[in-house]
Amino acid sequence: MIQNVFYFLCFLTLISGSMVVFSRNPVYSVLFLILTFFSISGHYILLNAQFLAAVNIIVYAGAIMVLFLFVIMFLNLNKENETHKSNLSKFAAVIAGGILLVIMVAALKDVDAGTYKAEGFDSQIGMVQNLGMVLFKNYLLPFELASVLFLVAMAGAVMLGKKETGERHF
Amino acid sequence: MEETYLSDFGTILLFLIGGAVFILIGLGASKMLRPSNPNPEKLSSYECGEEAMGSSWVSFNPRFYVIALIFIIFDVELVFFFPWAVVFGQEELIRATNGTWGWFSLIEMGIFLGILLLGLAYVWVNGHLDWIKPKPVIPQSRSKIPAEMYAAVNKKYS
Repeated sequence: MIQNVFYFLCFLTLISGSMVVFSRNPVYSVLFLILTFFSISGHYILLNAQFLAAVNIIVYAGAIMVLFLFVIMFLNLNKENETHKSNLSKFAAVIAGGILLVIMVAALKDVDAGTYKAEGFDSQIGMVQNLGMVLFKNYLLPFELASVLFLVAMAGAVMLGKKETGERHF
Repeated sequence: MEETYLSDFGTILLFLIGGAVFILIGLGASKMLRPSNPNPEKLSSYECGEEAMGSSWVSFNPRFYVIALIFIIFDVELVFFFPWAVVFGQEELIRATNGTWGWFSLIEMGIFLGILLLGLAYVWVNGHLDWIKPKPVIPQSRSKIPAEMYAAVNKKYS
C-alpha cells in the first residue's frame, strides 16, 4: 500500500514538475510548482520527516511562491510581448541543462543510500522534539550562525531592492 | 509501529480526500443545477461595473518585493522556533540540569532573535520599510491680502 502511495507521489511530482517547464503561462508554471512542492512534502512524510514536510509547505509553497509571483510580475512575462527565443539561446540552454544532468548522474550514481534497518527504526525520529534535541545538543553553533546568515540575507535583500535616487517609481 | 504510523497519516490523508470530495460535490451539483447560457457581457470580468480595459499585468512597486523578502526571512526564522519551543519547557531536562537548561535555552534563543532584530532595526532605521509617500504641495497664495483678513471675515459672517 505504501509503495503505491510512493509511486503515485512520484508520478504526481514528475508530471507537475514537467508541467512547470512546459506550460506557456508563467503563472500556471508557478501553480504547478506549488503542486510539485506539495507532492515533495508527501515524499518527506513517507521518509518519516514530518517536520520537514510541514516546513516545506509553509516556507516553499507559501512564502517562496509569493516571491516567484512577484518576479513574474516584475518581468512582465505576458503572452503579447513574449519575444521569440533565438536558436542559439535554446541550444545553450540544452547544453547547460544537459551538463547539469550529467553532473547529477555522476554524483549520484555511486551514492550509498542508507537502507532501512528494522531493529534501529524509530518512528519518532522526524518529530520536532527530536529535532530540537539535536539542534541544541550537537548543532548549537550552526543554529546561532544561521541567525547571522539571516541577517546578511536581510541586509542584502533590502540593498538590492532599494530605490535608487532619481529612479522612476511606479 | 508501522501500523500506527500509517493510520496517523491515513487520518490526515482522509481529511485531504474528504475536503477535495466535498468541494467537488458542491461544484458538481451547482454545475448540474444551474442554467448555462453565457454571453460575452457575462463572461467579462467584473470590475465594479466599469468596463475592464488594458491588461492586469502591471509592474509592481519593488517595495512589495522588499517587504516579501523580509517576510520570508522571518518565516524561516519562525521555523527554528518550533524545535526550540518543544524542548524549552521540558521538565526532565530542567530537573536534570538543576534549572540551568531553561535559562540556557532562553538566552540562546535571545541571541538568535537579537541578531535578527538587529537586521530589522537596520531595515527600519534606514527607511526601507517606509512606503514612498506623496509630498503634498501646499498652495501658496500670491494675493496681497493677508490670510488673517480672510479669517476675520469668516469669523464675522459665520
